[in-house]
Amino acid sequence: MRIGVLSLQGGFAEHISSLTKLNAEAFEIRKKSDPIGNIDGLIIPGGESTVMRKLLIDTELFDPIKSLIRDGLPVFGTCAGMILLAKNTADNPMGGFDGIDITVKRNAYGRQLSSFMIEEEFADIGRIPMTFIRAPYITTVRSDVRILAIVNGTKVAAENKNILVTAFHPELTEDLSVHQYFLKKILMNKAYFR
Amino acid sequence: MNNRYELNKNLAQMLKGGVIMDVTTPEQAKIAEDAGACAVMALERIPADIRAAGGVSRMSDPKMIRSIQEAVSIPVMAKVRIGHFAEAQILQAIEIDYIDESEVLSPADDVFHIDKTKFDVPFVCGARNLGEALRRISEGASMIRTKGEPGTGDVVQAVRHLRIINQQIRSIQNMPENELFNAAKELQVSHELVCYVHKNGRLPVVNFAAGGVATPADAALMMQLGAEGVFVGSGIFKSGDPKKRAQAIVKAVTNYNDPEILAEISQDLGDAMVGINEQEISLLMAERGV
Repeated sequence: MRIGVLSLQGGFAEHISSLTKLNAEAFEIRKKSDPIGNIDGLIIPGGESTVMRKLLIDTELFDPIKSLIRDGLPVFGTCAGMILLAKNTADNPMGGFDGIDITVKRNAYGRQLSSFMIEEEFADIGRIPMTFIRAPYITTVRSDVRILAIVNGTKVAAENKNILVTAFHPELTEDLSVHQYFLKKILMNKAYFR
Repeated sequence: MNNRYELNKNLAQMLKGGVIMDVTTPEQAKIAEDAGACAVMALERIPADIRAAGGVSRMSDPKMIRSIQEAVSIPVMAKVRIGHFAEAQILQAIEIDYIDESEVLSPADDVFHIDKTKFDVPFVCGARNLGEALRRISEGASMIRTKGEPGTGDVVQAVRHLRIINQQIRSIQNMPENELFNAAKELQVSHELVCYVHKNGRLPVVNFAAGGVATPADAALMMQLGAEGVFVGSGIFKSGDPKKRAQAIVKAVTNYNDPEILAEISQDLGDAMVGINEQEISLLMAERGV
């Protein structure tokens, strides 16, 4: 499977390493000439969402990725990636890919002193380690969105048709189960569209 | 170490591929955020002005730092003097996202650095070589940057420091295991940290370039030499068109390997900061805190 990892800023190397451990072919997407048309899935990593959004527009990657998402490309966003994929952001609307009908709140738990690690249930997987770094959480969802994990009463992972989002960073732990979940989602998605 | 240290290393990982900019006002912080800075360093005077003004340079007014925390949504860092743990306690109390124990300010202790393991907030520290980097890490730093020579607009020292760190890493990587004990002795660091470097060929924390970066080409140079991101101090707000230069440096860090893009973004940036050559300066800040 060929997975592009958006590599404009943030924790992209960690995602590539997780995917490589799962024997997926992972490579960086940095500019328009990179082969975004020829991928089975895309990961939007953690980092600063404001930075990534600006660089997406500057590199003219924003529109092509937005249409790929609309056409059903499976995309997995962690932390800043979740913010960019959400339909709405609660605090200051920034206009992202509108991939999944959720509203997210940025820096929802507070500053770095409030970053935390926890083990919690993730749908269909079981208990996994979750690392939250100045993380967002989901405030509201539409009915076609499935909530995958709840931590301390806050919604932290969700999916709909082709989009998977987590407020935490599976790529920062040794646990590969969420990446595996995404790869499985791609396979199911492929079968569905065929 | 504990969870907190992991979380603090993790925040640095999320800053990778980004530019951290020195700002002195909420307005500058806003310009930096809009230009694509992944974090800002709040301080009362940028290094070039500290250098020009002389005198003792200290932690900034917490009120000024708070005003910057309120102005932006990205992480806010601030500097304390080397060894000044009380200043660090104050910054932790205002929930700063990262503390820079920095040679840019006047050192408060000429022997001891801060015991950073006693803090919950993360620390970044400067280093000129692998020994300094690993000593700061054993004291609890969760991110390293080159010292370079702050406030000069001259990149030569940052290049020198990054090259030395990388050469020393390569040499340890290639050593037989039974020579690592002596390497630890010579570097004045723990055998455990030397073993980490031997096995992984890198520092156990993120390593940024800092000190003297003034142009998009400087930023690209540091990235190609192996920096994982860049601090820009005086280079932006001492230049003719800070907004444009800030945007260009952000793009240069993302596209550091693409000369065509670098050529395009290096155009029409107005005047770079004037700068001073290393032979012309009397105060070498990089020699502070070894």
